Amino acid sequence: MAGFRYESDRVTAWCPGCGNFPLRKALVSALQELRLAPEQVVMYSGIGQAAKMPHYIRVNGFNGLHGRALPPSLGMRVANPGLKVIVESGDGDTYGEGGNHLLHNIRRNPDLTHLVHDNQIYGLTKGQASPTTGPDQTTSVQPNGITAQPFNPIRFALGMRASFVARGFVGEQDHLKELIKTAIEHRGYALVDILQPCISFNKVNTYQWYQQRVYKLDQDYNPNDYRVAIAKAEEWGERIPLGVIYREERPVFRDYLQQLDDKPLVEKSVQPADLEYLLEDFR
Amino acid sequence: MKLNILIGGEAGQGLNTIDLILGKTIFRSGYHLFSSKDYMSRIRGGHNFNMIRFSNEPVTAISDEVDILVALNEETVTLHKDQLKEQAIVIFDGDVDTGGKELISLPARTIAKEINPRGVNTVFVGAVLKILGLSIEKARAVLKDYFKKEEVADDNIKLLEKGYQKVNSYFNLPAASGLKDQLYLDGNNAIGLGAAIAGVQFYAAYPMSPSTSIMNYLASKQSQLGIVVEQAEDEIAALNMALGGSYAGIRSMTGTSGGGFALMTEAVGLAGIAEIPVVIADIQRPGPATGLPTRTEQGDLLFAINAGQGDVPLMVVAPRDHKDAFEQTFRSFNLADKYQIPVIILSDQFLADSARNLESFQLERLKIERGLPSPEELAKIKDYKRYEITETGISPRIYPGQVPGEVVLIDSDEHDQYGHIIEGAAMRKAMVEKRGRKIAKLAAEELLEPVYQGGETIDFLLIGWGSSYGPLQEAVQLLNQAGYHTGLLSFNDVWPLPTGELTSRVEKGARVIVVENNATAQFSRLIRSETGLTAEKSILKYDGRPYSGKEIFQRVISEVIQ
Repeated sequence: MAGFRYESDRVTAWCPGCGNFPLRKALVSALQELRLAPEQVVMYSGIGQAAKMPHYIRVNGFNGLHGRALPPSLGMRVANPGLKVIVESGDGDTYGEGGNHLLHNIRRNPDLTHLVHDNQIYGLTKGQASPTTGPDQTTSVQPNGITAQPFNPIRFALGMRASFVARGFVGEQDHLKELIKTAIEHRGYALVDILQPCISFNKVNTYQWYQQRVYKLDQDYNPNDYRVAIAKAEEWGERIPLGVIYREERPVFRDYLQQLDDKPLVEKSVQPADLEYLLEDFR
Repeated sequence: MKLNILIGGEAGQGLNTIDLILGKTIFRSGYHLFSSKDYMSRIRGGHNFNMIRFSNEPVTAISDEVDILVALNEETVTLHKDQLKEQAIVIFDGDVDTGGKELISLPARTIAKEINPRGVNTVFVGAVLKILGLSIEKARAVLKDYFKKEEVADDNIKLLEKGYQKVNSYFNLPAASGLKDQLYLDGNNAIGLGAAIAGVQFYAAYPMSPSTSIMNYLASKQSQLGIVVEQAEDEIAALNMALGGSYAGIRSMTGTSGGGFALMTEAVGLAGIAEIPVVIADIQRPGPATGLPTRTEQGDLLFAINAGQGDVPLMVVAPRDHKDAFEQTFRSFNLADKYQIPVIILSDQFLADSARNLESFQLERLKIERGLPSPEELAKIKDYKRYEITETGISPRIYPGQVPGEVVLIDSDEHDQYGHIIEGAAMRKAMVEKRGRKIAKLAAEELLEPVYQGGETIDFLLIGWGSSYGPLQEAVQLLNQAGYHTGLLSFNDVWPLPTGELTSRVEKGARVIVVENNATAQFSRLIRSETGLTAEKSILKYDGRPYSGKEIFQRVISEVIQ
């Protein structure tokens, strides 16, 4: 394919065999197939191993603070609607430290794709429980097992009526690539929770564990039916559904900014003398 | 002659409306004026009061002494009786013990009932204008501007006239100074206006007293200006949103008070290391924690200059008055863009909620400087390095999507010239030094020295920073009138601290007194740490209330001179 070059030649800080590698591969293929130029894509990330993605793929990148990948991406939605926005971080960053931003950005429905690397563990800090770690799993700081009930991102996002909710798995490359493409093409906030093993710190949720449980939603499944989606969100454990679980078209964040026209704010400028009229209020 | 009107009552009784209409009428009559608000953190009840002090000479501060007391409830008279001057007048709807002062019993409610019960306060405005001997022509126009609905405006004009007819004139005011081309605005509006005129395109904030009126102002203008005001879910999001906007290429700002600023500090560090321009207004209120939400203090100084873990390159500017609040906000955007740093505007509730007249701004003299590459420079960009090491420390800044084929990478981790995460010692050192060179350049080329007012030979030097300027001006005037040769040094740039003027003034040998609105002499400590100079005395106030000029005067006499 005479596509664009996205893959950075930098050596990664990821462990050999990390689920981040196949995720990156699926993302790069998705961008190539969508024929997006690197400068037309902006990736916002937080902190953690997953959040290092902007360094290992050649697009615009904002590698910000832990848990805070979403808020700066809204600034881009204000400034420039022309670029594709991808927010990418891990489960701890997104569902733990950044929970409040997740909730409010689902409400705003900005046009962006949110890829969450969900390995159900804290990797970079060496193996503590994340919000999605399974019940009773023991870790270095939860030696007697986790007692807080696990966070179900799909059910949460559906409860907030996110306009696009999906689950992928790095062991299903083509499926994941297509899922990411669909999410990027969705107009509005698209959450893709991506299951991936942490080969270093999660000895429970391994490739094998996922492979025994995941299945792909087929054509009979209707992702436009909210009630069906709510029921599907409950499914976890013995069988784990992959695919677009819910989607709907509704106005996005920018549609409500009626003061803006089609010309991006970033291309506009003003001269102080043109704003003389603002002084009238104070005379 | 300066006259001081105090309007007091419960929250929700419409004090601000009286203040606005009366203030604007006095302003349009050509007088100098200074109005202020003292209010509780509640929606109804309690005791709030506004003061309007005016004269045919400049007025720069509040006064605790009252000439006219407009009491919307009995409690107002009880609470402020001791502040009444000998010839003071109390206006109240009913009978009340004024401690022997002249009482004008104004049946405002009965009058309003016949025309429009909601306009009861306008009856008071009419009465005050008559007592002052001012014409009501200007007030009619102000009411028409204020009440958009014609019938409501008409009712209020009638009530204004009724109040006016009901009382006699008591004061023989000196002629107004006939001021031309003036504005009358409060400190937060001055910041909001400064931001709008600097071309701010994105303001993200979380409501917090006493900063919220900046957001209100910009929100009210967003349709006209075609800009975006977003109410963030918290202050952490607010600053991160603004940084995202700035990275995307638009001028972005946030505003808050100390508690919200505390939440923002990690992102202040992000702005520092990632070199993202941003303007942050911290409108101080007394802390720690929730403190006194609607009161004033200058207690965030050392916190603001040290905001964020690590060595954060940043600038802190403390506007000294309303004009300065406008000018420093405009300048903050230019400096943030030029040096790619966070600039913190450190104001306070006193400046935020007080309003005064000032000469209109000459907008054609203002120049927006974005510090972005020229079209020629843009055309040459290839293999773009966001953090290119340069002699000045300033790297060419482009925004995503601006140059075909080039990507823009910023990082909160230490990074190389491309913005890629690194851990190597040499590159870390080079980047720390690069950021340091920017601040060194800013300190060498941009800082505003404090203003000095006073004679060349003085015995006492009063030093202040930020909003204490107005009260200090009045105090210095009073001290000189009393025969104490006193000068005043007022800072607005506080970090980096300009030390040239300070050192040369102090070297002349006057007794140095630092006046601050906090409990721990933060500015004295900053001066000492930056220059080794020690002030003889600190005059401090930390009851949540602003200084009056007379209060500083009296405290200099009692704590230093005697």
